[in-house]
Amino acid sequence: MLIRRAPRFTSNDITDRTVYLNRREWMAGAAALVLMPGESAASAPQGQALKATRNEAQSLQETPTKFEAATTYNNFYEFGVNKEDPARLAGTLKPRPWAVQVDGLVHKPKTYDIDELLRLAPLEERVYSLRCVEGWSMVLPWIGSPLAALLRRVEPTGKARYVEFTTLLDASQFPAQRPSFFGFSLEWPYVEGLRLDEALHPLTLLTVGMYGQVLPNQNGAPVRIVVPWKYGFKSAKSVVRIRLVADQPKTSWNRSAPQEYGFYSNVNPAVSHPRWSQATERRIGEFRRRPTLPFNGYGDQVASLYAGMDLGKSY
Amino acid sequence: MSRRARLALKIAVWAACLGPLARLVFRAATGDLTANPISFVTNTLGDWTLRILLASLAMTPLRIVFGVAWPITLRRLLGLFAFFYVGLHFAVWLVLDHFFDWRQMGADIVKRPYITVGMLALLSLIPLAATSTTRMVRRLGAKTWTRLHRLAYAAGVLGCLHFLWLAKVGRRDQYWHALALALLLGVRLASLAVRGARKRRQRGAAPAAVA
Repeated sequence: MLIRRAPRFTSNDITDRTVYLNRREWMAGAAALVLMPGESAASAPQGQALKATRNEAQSLQETPTKFEAATTYNNFYEFGVNKEDPARLAGTLKPRPWAVQVDGLVHKPKTYDIDELLRLAPLEERVYSLRCVEGWSMVLPWIGSPLAALLRRVEPTGKARYVEFTTLLDASQFPAQRPSFFGFSLEWPYVEGLRLDEALHPLTLLTVGMYGQVLPNQNGAPVRIVVPWKYGFKSAKSVVRIRLVADQPKTSWNRSAPQEYGFYSNVNPAVSHPRWSQATERRIGEFRRRPTLPFNGYGDQVASLYAGMDLGKSY
Repeated sequence: MSRRARLALKIAVWAACLGPLARLVFRAATGDLTANPISFVTNTLGDWTLRILLASLAMTPLRIVFGVAWPITLRRLLGLFAFFYVGLHFAVWLVLDHFFDWRQMGADIVKRPYITVGMLALLSLIPLAATSTTRMVRRLGAKTWTRLHRLAYAAGVLGCLHFLWLAKVGRRDQYWHALALALLLGVRLASLAVRGARKRRQRGAAPAAVA
């Protein structure tokens, strides 16, 4: 029997949702409530509370980053390359209705509605550290269930060795996916991937919420992956397809700059990004840099996945 | 241009150059420096260093293209403001970002090309700032001084490279800055070529190299 405990951060750490939701979203949310009273509680607009049980064993004993920082300082290139773009522009993303197609080398392919994913396994709250490849980090109280629970349901075949995640492709919801004639960006849709054993690892979270509520749009609503021992870009956002495959997926950043972003991209202070050192990081909200830990501090749990591999080469 | 107009122009340049800093100070006072203030302040100071440096490099081309002399009176002021901003940019990196972690900074300067060229750009601006006074111009002699101050072009190129190499995929403003620099240098090259051709014509009778 799990006992629900109060979160470690106080209500002072949390910005009221009316402050961060921009006016348009807020009005759309209000309109949705008025116009669609018959919908299930789970279909309420974003900002809705999400109940979860804190998984203490898998949670850092650190104060989470301020909610406002976590929702206004984002890398989500589908909205734009600047950190403030996602918070400003994410109102165009419609996180409901939403479905995730799970297929490929599986015995039971299935398209899951977002509400089914929410009920798939008991929702847990886990406080993870997120280390961005750019040299900053946050402490985030995610809500989700182990990705393994979903993967086991579809029964991967013996040939499945990798899992590929695809983000929604829709320029009407993701303004930066519109073709531009000057400058180059990533190829859309955004694709990320993990080795099957990485995807099945108990730390890998199929994430539907954070800070006690459903995922804000700018954080990858309505469902994203969180892989805490890898750089943040490995954790695909707004996922519409999860495909089990035999060969290593061609992931977006790796395709765009293979020398800079490897397939594995495990947090590793000993392997520099070609243009900057990864030895230290700035925890958002802190003044001094702190040393970056191998596997972002999750080495005890995940280092064995890479036994015998040269992580300098397989970066 | 009248004395009064020149004064007004200088005041306008002072205001324009201090504006970005005032804005930063205001944002700092109101707690509006984003979730990553040190990174935001570093980037903003770097942006304005490059913009003001490019503005200072635009003065001579302005004179060439429009045939007016007044831009030259602003060149020193703009150059010194660029130096002022790069000094702040560097100080933030040194103190706030790395807090005097000399080992880490030294390694970055040697290993990270964008930091290497940024540091070279900063170094190349120091002799220019040091010899910016009228007295130094006299002491060095106009010819030496002019030659020394061609370092400003190097600073412009290094500054643009610094931006090009640090910018991540998907950003565009680094290209605009490099394009502006290319345009400014292009005007000078074109003017040099025109002057060279004119000189050769004036020598006129002298037989040209076998065509």
